[in-house]
Parts: sequence; C-alpha cells; structure tokens
Amino acid sequence: MCPMSRETVLLDEVAIQKSLIRLAHEIHEANHARWGDVILVGMRARGDILAKRMADYLKRDAGVSVPLGALDITLYRDDVGTKAKLPKPTEIPGSVDGKIVVIVDDVLFTGRSIRAAMDALMDYGRPAAIRLAVLVDRGHRELPIRPDHVGKNIPTSPGSNIKVEVKEVDGRDRVVLEEAN
Amino acid sequence: MAVTETVADLPGTPVTGLAKKDLLDMESLSKEEIKLILDTADSLKDVARHPIKKVPTLRGRTVVNLFYEVSTRTRTSFELAAARLSADVVNINVATSSVAKGETLLDTARTLEAMSVDFIVMRHSCSGAPHILARNLDASVINAGDGWHEHPTQALLDLYTVRDKLGSIEGKTITLIGDLKHSRVARSNLIGFKKMGARVRFCGPPTLLSDGFRDLGAEVFHELKPALDGADIVYILRLQFERHRQGLLPSVKYYTRHYGVTAERVKWAKPGALIMHPGPMNRGVEIAPDVADGPQSVIVEQVFNGVAVRMAVLYLLEVRRAKGER
Repeated sequence: MCPMSRETVLLDEVAIQKSLIRLAHEIHEANHARWGDVILVGMRARGDILAKRMADYLKRDAGVSVPLGALDITLYRDDVGTKAKLPKPTEIPGSVDGKIVVIVDDVLFTGRSIRAAMDALMDYGRPAAIRLAVLVDRGHRELPIRPDHVGKNIPTSPGSNIKVEVKEVDGRDRVVLEEAN
Repeated sequence: MAVTETVADLPGTPVTGLAKKDLLDMESLSKEEIKLILDTADSLKDVARHPIKKVPTLRGRTVVNLFYEVSTRTRTSFELAAARLSADVVNINVATSSVAKGETLLDTARTLEAMSVDFIVMRHSCSGAPHILARNLDASVINAGDGWHEHPTQALLDLYTVRDKLGSIEGKTITLIGDLKHSRVARSNLIGFKKMGARVRFCGPPTLLSDGFRDLGAEVFHELKPALDGADIVYILRLQFERHRQGLLPSVKYYTRHYGVTAERVKWAKPGALIMHPGPMNRGVEIAPDVADGPQSVIVEQVFNGVAVRMAVLYLLEVRRAKGER
C-alpha cells in the first residue's frame, strides 16, 4: 500500500461470493428464454475469473451450464501509452453471431474499457445483444454506457481507486477503496 | 502452444515498452527486452486467427518501408504487421524514388518526417545507415537489415520460433552453416542466442568464416560433422552465388558437397533437431529439398512468426512513443 493513501475494505470474501451468486442468478433469469445463446465473456485480468465463478455457481445451484470466454482489450485501448499491458490472447468459444454476450468486469468506472470491449467483440462477429455485468459500479462515466447487472454500487470520488483482488491472481478475495490522505 | 519461459505470467502485467526509441540491432537490446518482445509476440500471434485479422492499436500511425535493397518477404512481413495493427503503410521503392535522382539518405528521411511519419522500417546495403537516420529523426527507426551488420527482427523471429518449439532457448546449441562472414542474419543471431544463454556454433569454409567470430562468442568449425554433433538447431544460411564469382569458393558444387545439409547429415545433429532457414532457399545447394520439407523443418513457422514478432516490435515502440508524448 502506498504510504500516502489509506485503504478501506468494502467487500470481503463472503460479500463477494454473495454478490456473484446474486449476479449469476440475475443473468440467468433475465436471459432464461434464450439461455442456449448466452455466453459469459470476462474481461482480463479479473473479470474472466469472476465469470468462471458465476458459471460454477449456476452449475451448482441451478444445474445449468454456460460457455465462457475471456477478452483482452489491451490492443483496443484509447490510451496505449498510459495503461500499456502485456497483451494476452482473447478466447471466444465458437462464433458470437446471434449470441447474447454478457461482458463481465470487476469494476465499472469511466466506461472506456467497455467501449474497447464492445469494439473487440464486434471483430468476432455480430452478437444478437451485448449485456454488461459488473461486480462494482463506482460511477464517473465518461461515455453513455450503463450496466445491466451490478453487484454493488459504490459512490466514489474521482481521485480514489477501487481495487478488486481475487484469490486466483492476488491470493485473497476482497474489494478495497484506496483514498489519498 | 508449447511451454514458454515468460517474464510475466500474471495477466495484465504493465509493460514499459522498449528502452530506446529505435530498434537498430540485437546488441542494444537487453535480455529482458528480448523476453518482453517474445512474450508480446506470443499474444499478438493470436490476431492472425481472428475472424477480422486486425486490431486498432496503431490507428492513425504511419509506417514507411524504406528499402534500398530488394526484399519481398521482409518488406511484406513488416507491411502485414503494420496493417494488422491498423497503421497506414507507405512502401518506398527506391529505384523509382528521388533517391535515383541523387537525393541523400538524410534528405529523404527529413522529407518523410516532414510528412509526419511515425515509424521508418529501413533496409540499406551500408552498415550503420539506419543508425544515422535514428540519430537525426524523431520517428522510430527499425533496422530491416543493414549491410553485413545486423538484421535484428530476423534474429527475434528465430528466437521466438526456437522458444515456441523447444520450450526454452537457454542451454540449447544452435549451429549456423554457410557464409557467416557476409551474413547480418548470422551476426544478429549470434548476439541474440548468446544473450539468451544458448551455445552458438558457426560452420563454413575458411574463406567465408574468420576466426574473429570467436571473440564474439561463437565456436568456429570448418567441418560439418563435428559442428552438428549434439546440435538442437540446424540453421542453414542462404548461399549467395556471387561468392563463387568473387573467388571465395571453388564452385557451388564444392560448397554443396561439403556444407549442403542433406537428410543423411541431419542425423549428425540431435534427434528431432529443428531445421531453420531465413529464406529464400536455394534448394539443392545449401539445403536438400527433403530436408526443407521434412518433419523437422520449421521454415514455414519462421515466416508465420515473423509477422507477430514485427507486430510486437511496433507495439512496444509505440508504447514508448505514447509515453514520451505525455
């Protein structure tokens, strides 16, 4: 942690699990009639892990399965210089033509990543619909984008940062608010 | 995909791009930078399999291919790499340009820069020509081969291919066969493979291979059999027929008899050793057709990987450029 900022834990492991289970069931209910066409596509590097967990919860609780994809938007960003990452492959199961693609991300902030994600998806075909599910919506949109399913709304100041940690990458599950002192 | 030794296995690892604004030679790249380029190429290779073989990363950037020597495959590879990243590409055919009217190298480059060019990919018969451009221009210069000096993107795609096929480069033995003395591919590969921890052997006739290469870390052989003993990679260079005319070889037949790689001679290397060639091949001269097309040959993969590696170089230079502008 940076010495000039303080951290507040907003969601712990149990709270994250509850949110994801609720999100998964919401997505299932909303797309119940066309479940065979639904694909969950998680955004790297945390959204793909959340999508996988949601698919596991649906399998366990409702006995339904859903194809999973992972989307890397590094090459679609509008800020190559400031947020450059090592690009990772995008994996889409089959074609997205006529499918209902549910984008899963950890935090929704300016909406620019989602814009890039939609551009990337369109390069894979013509989905019937694109939906958006996020664990945390922290506000401050810079583009006309809104989520269809939200785990938790957390109003924040623009200078703060929301960090989502997951066991698979960070060794623990928690959502943290980092604020400058 | 084969197991690879990646610098950054965690998803979303931030990258800083390359340390310098240009890619001029393998000499000036660190081991970490080489790894970064190979790791980036690993992901960019995927773009060729997209339904739309293009990403918007370099939209609005201009790449000029400035070739003072004929080249089809390198130029095409750079052109495709730039196009897959959505850059605009201009090819300058020197034979029909104002260079033919006597314009100097620097004047040509300044003219291009005045037209807001971002990347110049350059091939020139004089060693060091791209370095002159790089020193004088804000654009990023990529060396696509300068004289007998270096051809860094060829070495990078060869390193990539070896890592992809064998899982690692460190500890492997590569034997380069042919006209080592006049080969920029050989020099770049010597530097690159040494940096990544491989053993490098050079094998060729004494007129085409001087002992001076020992100082650069190569083991020098004039006979093929001991040079191939235990080799993981058999790298065959193109024989330029003018070497015979220049009196450096008694005949092309002599070369083939002593250094031509046949299926029989491939058995002198490790079982399953990779067969590589930078192209274009003289079938039946330095490489037998059944070796070129055999199961151990990765010559086609080299070409395929070349596009991804050049995309990675353009991307990482762009990351540095974009940072510098802010």
